[in-house]
Amino acid sequence: MKRFILSYSSMWRHNLVMINSPEMAAERSKTPLLSIRGAAKAFGPVVALADGVVEILPGEIHALVGENGAGKSTLVKILAGLYNLDAGEFLVKGKPVAFRTVADSKAEGISVIYQEPTLFPDLTVAENIFIGRQPKNALGLINRSAMRAQARALFDRLGVRIDPDRIAEGLSIADQQIIEIAKAISLDASVLIMDEPTAALSGIEVERLFQVARALRASGAGILFISHRFDEVFALCDRITVMRDGEYISTHSTESVTVPEIVHEMVGRDIGELFPKVAAKVGDTILNVSKLSRVGVFSDISFEVKAGEIVALAGLVGAGRTEVARAVFGIDTYDQGFVELNGTRLKRNNPQAAIDAGIGFVPEDRRKQGLVMDLSVARNAALTLRNRLSRFGLINGTTERRAAEEWTSRLQVKTASQEYKVSTLSGGNQQKVVLAKWLATEPILLIVDEPTRGIDVGTKSEVHRLLSDLAGRGIAILMISSELPEVLGMADRVLVMHEGRITAQLDRADATAESVMHAATAQLEH
Amino acid sequence: MTLTSPAPSQETPPKTARRATRDFASVLRWREIPVTIALIVLVGLTYLANPLFLSQQGVKDLLLNATIVIILAVGQAMVIITRNVDLSIGSILGIVAFSTGTLFVAVPGIPIVLVFLTGMALGALLGAVNGLLVTIAKVPSLVITLGTLYIYRGLNNAWAGGTQYFAGDRPDNFGALSVDTIAGFPLITLIAIVVVVIVAIFMASTRPGRDLYAIGSDPEAAKLFGIPVTRRVLLAFLSNGILAGLAGVLYASRFNSVGATTGTGLEFDIVAAAVVGGVAIFGGSGTVAGAAIGALLLTTITSALTAIRVDKFWQQAIVGLLILAAIIIDRVARIRTQKKLRLSEARDV
Repeated sequence: MKRFILSYSSMWRHNLVMINSPEMAAERSKTPLLSIRGAAKAFGPVVALADGVVEILPGEIHALVGENGAGKSTLVKILAGLYNLDAGEFLVKGKPVAFRTVADSKAEGISVIYQEPTLFPDLTVAENIFIGRQPKNALGLINRSAMRAQARALFDRLGVRIDPDRIAEGLSIADQQIIEIAKAISLDASVLIMDEPTAALSGIEVERLFQVARALRASGAGILFISHRFDEVFALCDRITVMRDGEYISTHSTESVTVPEIVHEMVGRDIGELFPKVAAKVGDTILNVSKLSRVGVFSDISFEVKAGEIVALAGLVGAGRTEVARAVFGIDTYDQGFVELNGTRLKRNNPQAAIDAGIGFVPEDRRKQGLVMDLSVARNAALTLRNRLSRFGLINGTTERRAAEEWTSRLQVKTASQEYKVSTLSGGNQQKVVLAKWLATEPILLIVDEPTRGIDVGTKSEVHRLLSDLAGRGIAILMISSELPEVLGMADRVLVMHEGRITAQLDRADATAESVMHAATAQLEH
Repeated sequence: MTLTSPAPSQETPPKTARRATRDFASVLRWREIPVTIALIVLVGLTYLANPLFLSQQGVKDLLLNATIVIILAVGQAMVIITRNVDLSIGSILGIVAFSTGTLFVAVPGIPIVLVFLTGMALGALLGAVNGLLVTIAKVPSLVITLGTLYIYRGLNNAWAGGTQYFAGDRPDNFGALSVDTIAGFPLITLIAIVVVVIVAIFMASTRPGRDLYAIGSDPEAAKLFGIPVTRRVLLAFLSNGILAGLAGVLYASRFNSVGATTGTGLEFDIVAAAVVGGVAIFGGSGTVAGAAIGALLLTTITSALTAIRVDKFWQQAIVGLLILAAIIIDRVARIRTQKKLRLSEARDV
């Protein structure tokens, strides 16, 4: 609460010149916690942000929406003190600020949760929360037991159980996100910025996050919430600001606007169907997984995927979906059971054999697992082909570029040059490069793990259309997704996992939000 | 800010607490255990083969041999933990050792404390140059310090030429630091122990110390979180320079001659000591105590092999094997930890 008291007193000084009247008083109590207008930022010739506008009031959850490339992330980084403004007016609690470092932003009570959790894998959970401001004892040394107790208290408030003494390495993304939230709460931030905090969460975790956000709002904090999921935006937020191409478009109060209106403003055009599902002809069984088990991770997993079919693997984060996919592809080993592709058994723990047999795997974390961020678009797209492309063990750059170009152009990857580092592309376009890489191998089974995580609406429906189209050509697709609309919209069949087991197999007709969620949480209810 | 807390899930806390402590302990302690066991086994076996190895003089020699390497390994560990490396320490030690010799000749009767301070200041200067080049030029420290290794050595050559200073040029009470003992510990070894304790507390229990681990663990995240990365990395190089300077002064006390080539080739022994002691070469984990034990192990091996009359050539090969063993143990430990963490997570869901 200290920050609030400070802010009120400084506000009061600022407004001394104003004559006291009832309207003025009302106006004053609504002084935004944070307000930025005409924000501009360019990197060389590239204008990332032309006219950023956002205003966060005390006790408000404010949504910021826009397609990837709309300038949201740039705006967030300006608010966080990572980038300096080229131009624009930036006020915190009514007084102008110019952040030079992240520490400046923090000192003003602004806390940011990034899309990708930024934990230190070698440090303990408690230390990750308190790094740089660990509680000290009388000697000025770090008081570990106090730190541990404070971390526990935070987790209790959040209603989660994470061991404060374990190291952060190996935590699921959902747990990492919760630690980020605990960190932000412990900072006693008056403005909390959440950049797609739910991208990696599902169901219960999202609800828990919302509880925290609402509690913070009730205590007078302001929250900036960035998300591509409209159901969440409308369920949680009071106002919505739309951005497009680095420009401010509009701000609405949530009650007075509809999803199609927002989407229209975001893309500047009406978007086609979000889930362009085309019924494909279902052929022979391509993938047959039988009684697959791995101690402590998953057990007794059996299912089939047929040619032309999209099978979704649904469930809560941590249910073991990704682990099953990794085992099928041979990245991880398994203890029992077998995997057959086209009737031939695959060697366990041998991804090369899986690739040779015709499996493609688009992983959950495209930045760390799907792409080599420092390599060019062409090189990334041709990675899977390097054996085929090489002559006498050497790869010819021209052949490589040509091979890459074929698929990147078919998937309409937007990049100025094939030679640009793939890290310069937007999330959606990066995902297309990952898809291009695997499609070039002409797979018969494609495993896609969270294919549209953190991808904007426009590109999202493009990815969906693409998957649908691939299924139409007879490719079997196994899709892991935490987004229920995506599961229901895209899948021919839905497998639901809970605590390492398949708890339901639902046909398209039987799969509803209720039936899937019920199976995903079955055991939690009693 | 107050939060209404959703009811925390109920499970018996004592059980979890116990498990937590156990996991924590095994994760943290694991890295120093193998090197400590190796040291004990080595000393034990050598003693059985040659009881003179642990005579009073034998122990004193072991400690004296290890002292300078320990101080350097502690400094190097600080740098390695930030995901950097300093290859120039042999050259820094050389320059400081020669300057110490020069100082005693140029200023007769100079207080020994002043000699120590001068040496550490010179080390600090050279370490700061390394740190500034690494943080400002943003070139990997491997390349920068490989450069300064040759530059500092070149300066030392130019300065010293053919000149050498011998123990006789220095006051007796300076040399006595490496001869006199308290409770069996040579004085310079006691200095090294104090260094280990101070740096260990700094690294484990102060905010800047923990920042160094955070930086090495994920430099990008450290920047996002607002840790003053540049200042901290500079601090690590500066501290390492000061410790290399201290080691340089002690070198002049311990050994007879200092000249243009003093300390040549030391850098790899020191990096090896840190790695063998469980400091991860890519930063983020390990302790200075581990590095010190690693240093003690490597110097003891050399003495042990001499004590049981093994050829010098084999000594180097055995040190190499140890480094490989340390890295393999580190990998195995890491895989085991990951497996354990995964299992505990599966149980917690």
